[in-house]
Amino acid sequence: MKTRTIALLLGTALSVASAGFAFAQDKTVKIGALSDQSGLYADLGGPGSTLAAQMAVEDSGLTAKGWKIDIISGDHQNKPDIGTAIARQWFDVDKVDVIVDVPNSGVALAVNNIIKEKNGVYINSGAATSDLTNAQCSPNTVHWTYDTYMLAHTTGQALVKAGGDTWFFLTADYAFGAALERDTTAVVLANGGKVVGGVKHPLNTADFSSFLLQAQSSKAKIIGLANAGGDTTNSIKQAAEFGIVKGGQKLAALLLFLTDVKAIGLETAQGLNFTETFYWDMNDQTRAFSKKFAARMKNGAPPTMVQAGVYSGLIHYFKALDALGGNPHDGVKVVEKMKSMPTNDPLFGKGEIQPNGRTIHSAYLFEVKKPSESKGPWDFYKLIGTVSGDQAFTPLAESKCAMLKK
Amino acid sequence: MQALYAQLLVGLINGSFYALLSLGLAVIFGMLNIINFAHGALYMMGAFVAYFLLNVMGIGYWPALIIAPIAVGIFGMILERTMLQWLAGLDHLYGLLLTFGLALIIQGVFQNYFGSSGLPYSIPDELKGGMNLGFMFLPIYRGWVVIFSLIVCLGTWYLIERTRLGAYLRAATENPALVRAFGINVPRMITLTYGLGVGLAALAGVLSAPINQVRPLMGENVIIVVFAVVVIGGMGSIMGSIVTGFALGVIEGLTKYFYPEASNTVVFVLMVLVLLVKPTGLTGRAA
Repeated sequence: MKTRTIALLLGTALSVASAGFAFAQDKTVKIGALSDQSGLYADLGGPGSTLAAQMAVEDSGLTAKGWKIDIISGDHQNKPDIGTAIARQWFDVDKVDVIVDVPNSGVALAVNNIIKEKNGVYINSGAATSDLTNAQCSPNTVHWTYDTYMLAHTTGQALVKAGGDTWFFLTADYAFGAALERDTTAVVLANGGKVVGGVKHPLNTADFSSFLLQAQSSKAKIIGLANAGGDTTNSIKQAAEFGIVKGGQKLAALLLFLTDVKAIGLETAQGLNFTETFYWDMNDQTRAFSKKFAARMKNGAPPTMVQAGVYSGLIHYFKALDALGGNPHDGVKVVEKMKSMPTNDPLFGKGEIQPNGRTIHSAYLFEVKKPSESKGPWDFYKLIGTVSGDQAFTPLAESKCAMLKK
Repeated sequence: MQALYAQLLVGLINGSFYALLSLGLAVIFGMLNIINFAHGALYMMGAFVAYFLLNVMGIGYWPALIIAPIAVGIFGMILERTMLQWLAGLDHLYGLLLTFGLALIIQGVFQNYFGSSGLPYSIPDELKGGMNLGFMFLPIYRGWVVIFSLIVCLGTWYLIERTRLGAYLRAATENPALVRAFGINVPRMITLTYGLGVGLAALAGVLSAPINQVRPLMGENVIIVVFAVVVIGGMGSIMGSIVTGFALGVIEGLTKYFYPEASNTVVFVLMVLVLLVKPTGLTGRAA
């Protein structure tokens, strides 16, 4: 009788202890890769971003430490309503902890609100709008790869300083285009230039000839392309056709990705200047990662800046989880931990996350190679300058983030 | 004023693509009674065939103008023989659903292998450069597109409305049993007509390859507009679709100038207006 009671007590104690143990050491994570899986941004994010997330899980070493990490992916189709519906379902039904990627600033801002409401973690790599860490900043959000402020203060500034003091904008008619035009205009004006006109075009436009003719007749020295993906490639290709560059005007590809250069072809794209925070051929580490990545992509493409950002953003997230010793399933807590640790990974190098959620790292000015200079199918860029993170991104003093004014 | 001329001309260039594509749709609808939703995907295939001819076999733009429409036309005829012919006589909805499904499959397969951002195809050397018209710089290639597609459109109209072959075709649509009684192979003629319509789509694809990106979704964007063109022009009307194609290109061009934000909706606003006032389209006859 006595032994049975002792055994029972012991058993209860053990089970209570183990339950407590399991609670403190919850090592499950669910990642949601939300992207444009089939539209005009699918190549710069899309399935490649899901692959990058997968590789981050493998390289984090957490599975060997007993973590169980799942990834699901979703297609927001560039529609904010679809993006938010997926995000809600992921938090409510699928119990997702972190949402990554989310290109398309319109969708990204909408999803930002959901993640804050659900206290998840948001590591945005794909969207450009600087509002994510400014007016609409959130304690749950880390904006990893790049933003419109950075694009304006690197490519934009370099062009104005080189004498391009009159600008005409071709702007994608949604949150992203508006943010990029706004941030670039500020730079142009601050450096003594002026904006002589602009036109807003619908997202995903095939024919830019009407808009280009307007840009041509504006006589502006610089035609600023505040658009992305297929819109940018079509603009550049058709600008060449209409003899815009030959006529003395210069195109400012404010946002250009590796896959865009591939689509335009070096013949037409050569000589374009633009800025990215990652290029596969920067050093041995980026080349090694890109080789592994390309081998697993259907079309053998190396990672874009956005896909690389998904990888390194998650690597940092896993470091924070590891340091916490378990997953608290509390977005604000995890993001605070991420902000308290300096970032350092093979793809983006050393950096930090500012209190407003902005990740700071170096930005690189590139020029597209001539066809004769290119030695391989993805050998497109030549590095012409490096801008340190504190020069490239919004200084905290200028940030309009409410969290900074406590 | 100069800017206006330029926009009119640019509109005409886009109109030539609309005309070529809507013509193919009108031919297929008029003769086969099929609402061919796969048209955009077949247009895309035309551009891809041109790309492969150049990059895999070293065959340039000019032969591609002939080879690609034939190759895609044959693909279309296989579709018609194996699938579409079984839907003859059924409600339009079945053909629409089948071709829509086909379009999704074709686009999905291409996207799987080639991604979404597209492949470069450059303008043939003979048509590079441009000329200064005083009010605008006209790329020679664009001028070529307008003239060439106008010739193709009028040629197709002549073939169907003014030749004996065309008369057989129209008769076969009207009363297949009777035409068969005269010893004419009606099913074969229908297959060839579908091939012709598809070939026109592929031809438009080759023409657009140097201007737009060769990409799997290039047809998806344009096909909806083209359907609006066909509806406005009157379903099945050959001349109606040609004229409406060019006209809507011009109207869209003007919208891009005066109110660019509306440029991708103006066609649909017009469609609604036309449907309200004249449900059979501008040149259509009541069924």
